[in-house]
Amino acid sequence: MLTIKNLKAQINGKPILKGINLEVKPGEVHAIMGPNGSGKSTLASVLAGRENVEVTGGEVTFMGINLLELPPEERARMGIFLGFQYPVEIPGVSMVSFMRTAVNEMRKYRNLPPFSSSDFLKYMREKKELVEIDTQLTNRSVNEGFSGGEKKKNEIFQMAMLEPKLAILDETDSGLDIDALRVVANGVNKLKRPDTATIVITHYQRLLDYIVPDIIHVLYNGQIVKTAGKELALELEEKGYDWIKKEFQN
Amino acid sequence: MSTNLIQNIAQENIQKAMETVLDSGTQQIVAMRKEAYETFSKKGLPNKKNENYKYTSIEQHYTGKYQFYPYSKSENINIDEVFKCDVPTLDTQVIVLINGWYYATEQQPKLKKYANGIIIGSLNEAINQYPDLVFSYLGKSVQKYQDELSTINQALMQDGIFIFIPSNAQLEKPIQIINIVVANEPIQVYPRHLIVSESKYENQVLVCDHSLNPNPFIMNGTMEVFLKTNAKLSFYRMQNAHNHSVQITNNYINQEKGSQFHSAFITLHGGTVRNNLWVDLLGEEAQSNLNGLWLADKNQHIDYNTFIKHYAPHCNSNQLFKGILDDEATGIFSGKILVEKGAQKTNAYQSNKNLIINPSAKVRSKPQLEIYADDVKCSHGSATGKLDDEAMFYLRSRGISHKEACHLLMVAFASEITKQILIDALKEEVDTLVNKRLRGELSRCNRCSIACS
Repeated sequence: MLTIKNLKAQINGKPILKGINLEVKPGEVHAIMGPNGSGKSTLASVLAGRENVEVTGGEVTFMGINLLELPPEERARMGIFLGFQYPVEIPGVSMVSFMRTAVNEMRKYRNLPPFSSSDFLKYMREKKELVEIDTQLTNRSVNEGFSGGEKKKNEIFQMAMLEPKLAILDETDSGLDIDALRVVANGVNKLKRPDTATIVITHYQRLLDYIVPDIIHVLYNGQIVKTAGKELALELEEKGYDWIKKEFQN
Repeated sequence: MSTNLIQNIAQENIQKAMETVLDSGTQQIVAMRKEAYETFSKKGLPNKKNENYKYTSIEQHYTGKYQFYPYSKSENINIDEVFKCDVPTLDTQVIVLINGWYYATEQQPKLKKYANGIIIGSLNEAINQYPDLVFSYLGKSVQKYQDELSTINQALMQDGIFIFIPSNAQLEKPIQIINIVVANEPIQVYPRHLIVSESKYENQVLVCDHSLNPNPFIMNGTMEVFLKTNAKLSFYRMQNAHNHSVQITNNYINQEKGSQFHSAFITLHGGTVRNNLWVDLLGEEAQSNLNGLWLADKNQHIDYNTFIKHYAPHCNSNQLFKGILDDEATGIFSGKILVEKGAQKTNAYQSNKNLIINPSAKVRSKPQLEIYADDVKCSHGSATGKLDDEAMFYLRSRGISHKEACHLLMVAFASEITKQILIDALKEEVDTLVNKRLRGELSRCNRCSIACS
């Protein structure tokens, strides 16, 4: 589904990703872990098409198509979803009009007619129940005045609405209390299908108690330095990242 | 042409027009016209050296051949078509002005005094029937400030609306003034409104400026509002005449003790637009809330100018003015807050925000504070920028196109002003108009079929 080969990228002239290789197949859950500053969020940004990251080498294909040439909206329509580490507050844009616009763009891409207002509201209600998001949140402006937990739940709600093929969750667990964490993880698990894949980016092992990965990668200094099964998370939790740092410092 | 020559021609044109009406009207009106004529002869048109008109010069427009008619010239228009222009879901009492003249109909006679004492009708008719009442107020603000453009209106004023609301009376419905310009040649028009309210109830007045054909025009209108003790008024203005127009509005708000004025000006279309707002907070605890939104593209030139004077203690004023500028358009905001010596415990806030869509668009923002009291809270802020990159990326990452994301963010920017419209049906309609305007789908008048041809 997703193939990353020797991906290199920089921000403001500073190299961040220094040759990433990754293969994600349908049905898989990958976790990308690593210490702060290792390039985890940059990788997510490159995949979603953020413009401040400059790709300097390598290739990324999604379902056989070169992703790097596409604008962010095209990637989203093809089925890539980025759950933001810091969801953006957009005062004045209501959740309803935001989601209606987004969902109908998706439907257009999939050759489906746009939802009527009532069908859309029905669809939204179903998804809200699925991910247990508070009804009040969708009556407000996008993320405006949301608590940290509400913002992250809202990301999962948007994911449910857009039904992506590949969800990339960037530090979705940061700043969540245990209840919110459970709601977010439940949402992700419920949305999982045999034909979809998930990349969970996280600093801590905690989220992986709830979203169980098939494969764990450790990203350090712009490269994937270790790939293993879910047991790696426990090892990292126990020993921290220092041993990785020591091992790969040079 | 040299600047001086333009200035001279413009001045001459205006004086000639003034001379045709110097003797028209009642004795008091003639006196007002003559005084204004004298003032204008001395001061002339504002030029760029005039700090208040630094970025907007009017004189070049007055060199053009705009006809001035000192009488109501009945154009052949179908009034039923005009009525289609009103906001359909909004239940209002509609008054139509054509080229500055009151258009009496069966439903809306020339002047009517209601059982509760409210008087609504043509200003000229009110001058005839209630001269004492009218002349306690008419022209007072213009004489006080001696603003050049208002002075021109004072000399040339044609007709307009008079509204008097006594204490304990309330308008049955909001009053909607449809201010139409329609002529077969370029014209200049000078509407004049006077609103006096003593009523503590919610009363609402809405003015919609339209043009019914693409002939160029200059409209230089003046409105004087007098809010007596504890009076409340909401005032909305929708400017949507075509882009070959010069639209000047001079708005004077006089507020006595405990009075509340709430307003929103929405400028959708117009070639050169200049809105002047003077607010005098004369009595304690008066509150004034001014909002403005302009959406400009092509070569539109929109200039908002406010001057809030805090004379009395414990008054609040709040200003929020926002512009969206595309193409080669120019947006100007200059706002001044003056706090007089005795006006302790003043709260005065002012904010101007501009969104630049195209780097060729120009913005000028000039906030000014002048404070002579020592126990006040005042602030002003001005911010001009482009659409937020983070928000753009967020929207696009959900599959929304660049164009659509841009649109959503512009609508959001505008909504901060439109939500200040406290009549729900009107707010909805304005939101729709703003939406269409930002998509480039709005012609001069949304629902009026003859205007959209």
